[in-house]
Amino acid sequence: MKPIAHLIELTESGMHCREGGFFVDPWRPVERAVVTHAHFDHTRLGCGSYLATPETALLMKARLGPDLHVRTLRYGEEIDANGVRLSLHPAGHILGSAQVRLERNGEVWVVTGDFKRAADPTCAHFAPLRCHGLVTESTFGLPVFRWPTADAVTTEISDWWRRNAAEGRPSLLLAYSLGKAQRILAGVDASIGPIFTHGAIEPMTRVYREAGISLPPTRAVAAATGRRELAGALVLAPPAAEGSAWTGSLAKASRAFASGWMQIRGNRRRRALDRGFVLSDHADWSALLQTVAESRAERVWITHGYAEELARFFKEKGLAAEALRAGQMAEEADA
Amino acid sequence: MKRFAALYAALDRTTGTAEKVRALADYFAAAPAADAAWALSFLIGRRPRRPVPTARLKRWAAEAAGIPEWLFAACYETVGDLAETITHLLPPERVEAGPLRPLSAWIEETLLPLRGLPEERQREAVLAAWRAMDSAERLAWNKLITGGFRVGVSQRLVVRALAARLGVEAAAVAQRLMGAWTPGEAFWERLGAACTDDADASRPYPFCLAHPLEEGPEALGPAAEWLAEWKWDGIRAQLVRRGGRVFVWSRGEELVTEKFPEIAAAAAGLPDGCVLDGEILAWREGRPLDFARLQQRIGRKDLTAKVLAEAPAVFMAYDLLESDGRELRAQALSERRAALAALLSAAGGPVLLLSPQLSAPDWPALAALREQARGRGVEGLMVKRLFSAYGVGRRRGDWWKWKLAPLAVDAVLVYAQPGRGRRATLYTDYTFAVRDGEALVPFAKAYSGLTDAEIRDVDRFVRANTTERFGPVRAVKPELVFEIAFEAIRPSPRHKSGVAVRFPRIARRRPDKRPAEADTLATLKSLLHAPAPPPAAS
Repeated sequence: MKPIAHLIELTESGMHCREGGFFVDPWRPVERAVVTHAHFDHTRLGCGSYLATPETALLMKARLGPDLHVRTLRYGEEIDANGVRLSLHPAGHILGSAQVRLERNGEVWVVTGDFKRAADPTCAHFAPLRCHGLVTESTFGLPVFRWPTADAVTTEISDWWRRNAAEGRPSLLLAYSLGKAQRILAGVDASIGPIFTHGAIEPMTRVYREAGISLPPTRAVAAATGRRELAGALVLAPPAAEGSAWTGSLAKASRAFASGWMQIRGNRRRRALDRGFVLSDHADWSALLQTVAESRAERVWITHGYAEELARFFKEKGLAAEALRAGQMAEEADA
Repeated sequence: MKRFAALYAALDRTTGTAEKVRALADYFAAAPAADAAWALSFLIGRRPRRPVPTARLKRWAAEAAGIPEWLFAACYETVGDLAETITHLLPPERVEAGPLRPLSAWIEETLLPLRGLPEERQREAVLAAWRAMDSAERLAWNKLITGGFRVGVSQRLVVRALAARLGVEAAAVAQRLMGAWTPGEAFWERLGAACTDDADASRPYPFCLAHPLEEGPEALGPAAEWLAEWKWDGIRAQLVRRGGRVFVWSRGEELVTEKFPEIAAAAAGLPDGCVLDGEILAWREGRPLDFARLQQRIGRKDLTAKVLAEAPAVFMAYDLLESDGRELRAQALSERRAALAALLSAAGGPVLLLSPQLSAPDWPALAALREQARGRGVEGLMVKRLFSAYGVGRRRGDWWKWKLAPLAVDAVLVYAQPGRGRRATLYTDYTFAVRDGEALVPFAKAYSGLTDAEIRDVDRFVRANTTERFGPVRAVKPELVFEIAFEAIRPSPRHKSGVAVRFPRIARRRPDKRPAEADTLATLKSLLHAPAPPPAAS
């Protein structure tokens, strides 16, 4: 086996490809940034230029402003960056999310970014890639995280909504505004009643529709939305909106949260939720193991979440694995 | 077992009392008598002695999951609950349409016999049980074998649901739950018996509760119209002596007779037909022991001679609600106290004490006495109107608690670790330090007193400012200052700071203070009081 040249190094500003002269999901403003997906913790403002998939570019502009300059690269399309061949491949995390594949002199490195392998009608399905070096996330990198099928969970959500609707109660479902909310929209039984979404979700949903994802009709919920209209409705809101003024008309609502963290009872109980739905846009334990195995990588770097635990587990299996200390970034994992 | 697992899930899922009562009522309506009796015993907190050591369960679960033990430990740390951790880690359930096995069979034929088996047989039985169950059943089962079965329903709630189901008065149900009984059909029948003469004898009176005195006592009028006594820091209780029997009720309307055999024995010497109101205290050499000692003792399932000797309990009586079978609540406190004193001078003793009446000519003299409270191991003073009747509940005007202000210092957050259970994914348990020259000396751990929003805020700070990790504990940049309040302080050679504080809690955040402005160890030590003499008996 020939020694592996590190195409990626970790610096103060994040993952750096020195040869290619760019960063992947930098934490600080840099000259050139490759962005895996449009969640805030992966998109730093103030970079000289951005490279991302066309869908990610649309989402970034919707979030960060239309003037943002983003160069786009379709899935599978390849460019040359100072002798490093760079391409983006579906990560299955949210619309536009990509793995970054780098190749130079026959050495291949893949940065998965955030990814999942479960079915999701709102984004392209994860593409397994072979590589020498793999940089993977580990947000849910413990064996206690094992997802039920998305179908089973969306059915549970629909059942919950249906029962609340029958009682004339609104169903307030907390879900991340980009990705999770749209995945739920695509999965629930929209015939149960009207669907309202919070102001942070509506513009993201618009981009999904523009990108050709078919979603049921939604209306923006606002402080003005009357109690009567909300009875029997499904209301989607980001977790941070909980307890804010507009939830006043939702005082009687059944409250639920859709997240991988809901797998742990303590998380659900702490928030005093009526329901917790285990629905994650990240890989669970078995998907992480499967991905590392399929990549046949000789070297595995692990970021985000349970990096130390996962690295130790792989090392005991004889794999060269290492936890990347990603400073604060590792702790800000969205789910 | 499926029905019981569903009940557990329903109780666990909801936070609403009405829904909990409904789930309990549904269960009791549907379950066979033997199952219902077992479920009941678990719901009110009776647990079979732990059948298998926890370490073995962990090992078998890790084996079944095919993971190393350190990874099991990491999972446990994240989940914060052993039964749940095991449930998540076990291989997915097999869909096997076996015969449905009732809860009583699982308990009587599998769980209880485990204790006597050699390890290998235990292992086989536990693994077989896991294989036969779906994931909801596994969780409930694991809760039972780990001894961690708690569902956030009070005994009162269970009794309420049970009373509604059986058509028997709640007080009668509570009384019948007392004492030693074996879950089973026979017990279930006895529980539902219509004739309640047996229970009426035990019934306590609703407790009269005090209001905190926020301002000075002068507004209460002349001190001569008031009775003052120490505010004991124990368990409020009523001692009921009727029909030749003794019942000790705590304020939560729980029968605690069996927890305090020495009090029950002493009360047997009281004349029949009397009810005393007072406080259960751990007591030695004429003064109360720390409340923590009493608390520890309550937590013990086996009241061994050692436990009884370490924290001997007394009943400190301060009111008489019934005497000679006659209710006295409408009489003036002064008369009730006189009757109580007479009763105890005849039938009292080293375990049945009379709470001394403090005599002082005026409010300033009482205030001076109140200052001695900390040294005497009491919380302050109680002030009660001498001519008042014994009221029901927390009524304003006649009973006041005049507590000492807590001690407090400003201290710096230095370590944090995740909570347990519902707080397992948040850094909620903190260690605080005071300044000693350039160094920071830890002196107290505290984990209450913050709002959820503040906890999330501190959690974020901890994650972003970790300087070192020791297992689950993180050392953080000394930056956040909090006001830490506590009830008492004493010298302690076992602590690095040289002092131990009692019941420390976070009074508030001090965003206005920098670590350099936190209090010093010298300031903390200046709060040490010499212990005062024990309270004089009257």
